[in-house]
Amino acid sequence: MSYQHKKIIFEPIVDNNPVILQVLGICSALAVTSKLSTTITMCIALTVVTAFSNAAISLVRNHTPSSIRIIVQMTIISSLVIVTDQFIKAYAFSISKDLSVFVGLIITNCIVMGRAEAYAMKHPPFPSFLDGLGNGLGYSALLMVVGVIRELFGSGSLFGYPILPLDRDGGWYVPNGLLLLPPSAFFLIGMIIWVVRSWKPAQVEQPEYKIYHAPRPEVAS
Amino acid sequence: MDLVNLFIKAVFVENLALTFFLGMCTFLAVSKKIGTALGLGIAVVVVQSLTIPINNLIYQFLIKDRALAWAGLPEISLDFLGLITYISVIAAVVQVLEMFLDRYVPSLYNSLGIFLPLITVNCAILGGCLFMVERDYNFSESVTYGVASGVGWALAIVAMAGVREKLKYSDIPEGLQGLGVTFITAGLMALGFMAFSGIQL
Repeated sequence: MSYQHKKIIFEPIVDNNPVILQVLGICSALAVTSKLSTTITMCIALTVVTAFSNAAISLVRNHTPSSIRIIVQMTIISSLVIVTDQFIKAYAFSISKDLSVFVGLIITNCIVMGRAEAYAMKHPPFPSFLDGLGNGLGYSALLMVVGVIRELFGSGSLFGYPILPLDRDGGWYVPNGLLLLPPSAFFLIGMIIWVVRSWKPAQVEQPEYKIYHAPRPEVAS
Repeated sequence: MDLVNLFIKAVFVENLALTFFLGMCTFLAVSKKIGTALGLGIAVVVVQSLTIPINNLIYQFLIKDRALAWAGLPEISLDFLGLITYISVIAAVVQVLEMFLDRYVPSLYNSLGIFLPLITVNCAILGGCLFMVERDYNFSESVTYGVASGVGWALAIVAMAGVREKLKYSDIPEGLQGLGVTFITAGLMALGFMAFSGIQL
């Protein structure tokens, strides 16, 4: 694998993360992260769909008139999502119950559509596949961080196995119930964005207005 | 009375944007000004209250398990075709609505026009349809749910835009500017909306 290909895969993980920088695919990032088992299923499903849809869309890119390209992309993506959905229902039924509508919502996940529009329509199949894989992994990386924090501190366990002994079972850890509630995902992602942007200042957005500090007038005493 | 209850529940308790995080991409991207947020909100209400009842009819009479009994094919279940059908219906309704507004109500088309294509890929619309299927609503419930979930989403995005317009003038730490602080604001709003949970009429 050449340097170019490695760059396509690894760049979206930190430098150009789809969730943090491109503001894509946030809906599911928030809703499925309260348990690690649902998080990881969602990550795998999304990565698979993005990679294969990118490859498929790139294969037909020269035969697609631009006026109907959205419908073509939509059809390819929803067929892939149907396959994934049926697969999860067949092999992990309880997880598919927990995920409820969110596997279906991969269709409208902006990462899949966004990468198809921005990358797969202009590049050959193999790099497009890698780009889809990379962006899926970038999304997964963020989701895993949020999922680990929420499950570990929210219910003291990982994948359902107890890690921190809970207070009510005679241990020492008092679980933080807020982390199991939906709003905590917003706070966590906000904080992660803050950390990443302090680490890589190039990603900071410029404010529309600068606060202007007026020079203090000299006051004769 | 059940329908009123469902309406209140879908607008406040189970708000699509702030409880289920649907339509977040547009929610965060188009909430910089109250005017545009309101335009998008109205577009979502219209599309939502059309697509959910239409998809409900399709689900009841074509896709549901054993739904084809009226055609003499009781053992056929087409429910694996659900997702692709719903998304096609949404894309088609958006397209038709766009052409209809362009032809008959040009002033509304000019103000909503740019938002309509965005709505096809708004997860709130598809999410609403999937919730309707999952909870097995009948037709009148699906009409109520469609209107109410759209109104709830519109309410959330307009409130968010109001907060963000004021937020422009505040002094925010460098790394948090823009997206970061928007996330935290949305989190606080979601906490506020949790106060509605458990309300029943």
